[in-house]
Amino acid sequence: MIGVVQFPGSCDERDALAACERVGEGRLVWHEETDLSGLDGIVVPGGFSYGDYLRAGAIARFSPAMEAVAAFAEQGGPVLGICNGFQVLCEAGLLPGALLPNEGLRFVCRQVEVIAQKSDSLFSSELEPGTRLSIPVKHMTGRYFAPEEDLDAIEAAGQVAFRYARGHNPNGSLREIAGVTNEAGNVLGLMPHPEHAVDPLTGSDDGLALFKAIAAQPAPA
Amino acid sequence: MSAVAESRHRELGLTDDEYARINELLGREPNDTELAMFSLIWSEHCAYKHSRKLLGRLPTEGERVLMGPGENAGAIEIGDGYAVAFKVESHNHPSAVEPFQGAATGVGGILRDVFAIGARPIAILDSLRFGELDSERSRYLLEGAVAGIGHYGNSIGVPTVGGELGFEPPYEHNCLINAMCVGLAKTEEMVRSAAAGPGNLVVLVGASTGRDGIGGASVLASAELEAGDDAKRPSVQIGDPFEESKLLECCLELLQGELLVSLQDLGAAGLTSSAGEMASKGGVGIEIDVSRVPLREPDLEPFEVMISESQERMLAVVEPGKLEQVVATCERWQTGVAAIGEVTDDGRLRVVDGTSEVADVPVAALVDGCPLYDLEPAEPRDWIYGNRSTLPERVTQTAGRSADPGDPSAILIALLGSPNVASASWAFEQYDSVVGSRTARRPETADAAVLMVPESGGAIAVSIDGNGRRVACEPYVGAVEAVLECAQNLACIGAEPLGLTNCLNFGNPEKPNIAWQLDRAVSGLADACAELGIPVVGGNVSLYNETEEGPIYPTPIVGMVGELPAAELAVGPDLREGDEIALVGPFAPSLAGSELAKLRGELGMGLPETAIEPVARALGLVRELVRDGAARAAHDISDGGVACALAEMAIAGGVGARLDLDPLIELRGCSGETALFGEGPGGFLLAASTAELGAFSERAASTGADVLRLGQAGGERLEISAAEADVSVPLSDAEAAWRSLDLALQG
Repeated sequence: MIGVVQFPGSCDERDALAACERVGEGRLVWHEETDLSGLDGIVVPGGFSYGDYLRAGAIARFSPAMEAVAAFAEQGGPVLGICNGFQVLCEAGLLPGALLPNEGLRFVCRQVEVIAQKSDSLFSSELEPGTRLSIPVKHMTGRYFAPEEDLDAIEAAGQVAFRYARGHNPNGSLREIAGVTNEAGNVLGLMPHPEHAVDPLTGSDDGLALFKAIAAQPAPA
Repeated sequence: MSAVAESRHRELGLTDDEYARINELLGREPNDTELAMFSLIWSEHCAYKHSRKLLGRLPTEGERVLMGPGENAGAIEIGDGYAVAFKVESHNHPSAVEPFQGAATGVGGILRDVFAIGARPIAILDSLRFGELDSERSRYLLEGAVAGIGHYGNSIGVPTVGGELGFEPPYEHNCLINAMCVGLAKTEEMVRSAAAGPGNLVVLVGASTGRDGIGGASVLASAELEAGDDAKRPSVQIGDPFEESKLLECCLELLQGELLVSLQDLGAAGLTSSAGEMASKGGVGIEIDVSRVPLREPDLEPFEVMISESQERMLAVVEPGKLEQVVATCERWQTGVAAIGEVTDDGRLRVVDGTSEVADVPVAALVDGCPLYDLEPAEPRDWIYGNRSTLPERVTQTAGRSADPGDPSAILIALLGSPNVASASWAFEQYDSVVGSRTARRPETADAAVLMVPESGGAIAVSIDGNGRRVACEPYVGAVEAVLECAQNLACIGAEPLGLTNCLNFGNPEKPNIAWQLDRAVSGLADACAELGIPVVGGNVSLYNETEEGPIYPTPIVGMVGELPAAELAVGPDLREGDEIALVGPFAPSLAGSELAKLRGELGMGLPETAIEPVARALGLVRELVRDGAARAAHDISDGGVACALAEMAIAGGVGARLDLDPLIELRGCSGETALFGEGPGGFLLAASTAELGAFSERAASTGADVLRLGQAGGERLEISAAEADVSVPLSDAEAAWRSLDLALQG
């Protein structure tokens, strides 16, 4: 059973839930919930949690559900943050770096190609390094940033999970980074929306691999 | 009448006769609060006093219509216990004053209209009009409005799946922002707005009430825009999509739990119009205690509370026994809730402030007492808008300095680069078009948006359109064409129209030429809808769209929703190597009112008459060919004629084409140039395999629709031979021109 966190202001929680249900079972986790027992994985979905009028993800990280998610991640449980979820996980210190406003200072919704990198994260079980995925992005604040030495460190540690293909970087992300993991490899943040790439009719089903990878994980001890 | 009272009502926009009528209906002079309430409800924006008589012409009946005009949104049954709800509405004047918030709250307002009837919004489309892009003001308005629409729609998680952009000088000072929302409802969970059950509570849900938007509807929407209107910015409402997102989820949960008797959004004229309309529809009265309304600022006057247009608020009628559950649900969603009054049986709208009475008026006088005016139409003797020749300049810009503005190849490139024809992906990329997992066709990938509706086992298609320039040339024909254009867009993806909503954007109806445009255009809409059997289930009227510089083009915007058995059946416009290309339909090209005539500065009165019935037959044929898979690609012929339609199909498919327009020239007796760039309704370009195309003609013969085989896709150039006028351009040049708007605006 995969839990999808729902904050007031979440937008993609139903879509993420539907994606989970294509590969297994799922349920919504209300932002005030703290009991995650019985869940094998967590998705922190896209949207504008609590309106995001401050800084994207800055308020959501303090929600009761996110405290529980942090503990869940600590125990090695798989956590996937998508778009706003990525921002929240960075704010919560569960992932390195930060997401800044797009280079063009405009919202951008576009189908892009990302390339799976060599990493030993638990999300890579379904993806050979070099695999190209066609997945949409849609965000205002998606430019991945970290200081140069931190970027070197996360690259060296194999924490870069996805890069935008050449010419597909929609937001000016440093080193074309589209997704990163934590050191342990059980928390992944992604700006592209794999939950919107689960049906060829809506553009592509390349995103399913990520949900399959979570569903394949054993529950944390 | 006292001298003070006289100046008071005029300041609020009421005529002396209207003021006298209020006195007569009340049997006394209204107090300040009552006068403020009347002035807003009797404004053009709320009372439709110059348009209501005309709107009676529109056909509103249909077997599957569940809700028609008068409700917050129209609704049509789509099977399996589900309905689609939709409506289009304008937010023109606020956007001309403050484009970002004006457009954002326009989206917020139309979303509330749709979830007010219990439907979950699943799509937004917008129709925008600005002045020419060489004006700094137009670019400012465009950028602000697009960002505002994106801000609201993206933040609330409703996809913007389509729309259109137009640029014409008459919109320079009065842009048009029309937003359409489509929702999906379980029919058993739908709710009306009529208040019922004396003793039931009137509950205000959502944001607190502040001074924002005081008099927005009457100040901005019911008079011409004037210089210095920037000072009216405080009258523009401020949108808060987060508040609305909570309100939306909360209201849908309340309706699902059957906790509400009725629901109404608060829009123009705030509490006054919402309470008034709910009471009027239910034939009851309502008493409101303004001291119980949660306020943003502590010192609001009672009249301000009654007319504030603070956004993100809904008014509900609740049985007293269910209040506790309603409050609990609102608290869970962290949205405001307050019981502010109750339903009464005396047919009066009474406003109290604690124990003191503030206003007491008969609901019927307030809501239905406003006099309705007859128009005094007079046909203009000549073209009342300007003409400006920009073709040589555009040709130089797009095709190079040595290019000849009379050369058809250079003209094609100039047309493709014209903002009315060029790709608007710059705007569409700023909108989330995929949230909700229903979008099977994103903007610019088909003639209409396609949304999957697994709940009913099928799909719906949506299109929004309207060409004000052509309506200005001939309002009746132009309005007919707007309906046909939408129906053609739907046919191209295999969808059959279910219903229509419209927004009538016109100038000052008290002026005879504008009255004539309005009168003729409404007749055109009515006749086209009647002949195609498409019910009009709601709409909106926006008048007084003019400035000292003159009126806007008369712009009826049509939003149409259709159904198709499955989203997989939809096709796009993209050509493939080897496709045969045919023209289908009674298309008779003419340069009158065309994009080319505009660029040449040759606009004038008159469009060729249009017979609707042959177009209806072509619609049916194209729909069937697409659904059967016989047509692999389809595109309707619109701005820029056959040549631009072909170029768009070639660009979409990344393959060139060779066409011979002689069959069209022979059939219609037109010039080569007219065959290339002439416009008019009823034309489709279809692509199919050679074998399938052979079968087309037979099927066409049985329906009486014309099919002309014109050529084939292939190569890397667009080659069109058209009698004296031949086109030959590299596809890459055509594509660069078509994408030039993106580059120009991206900067």
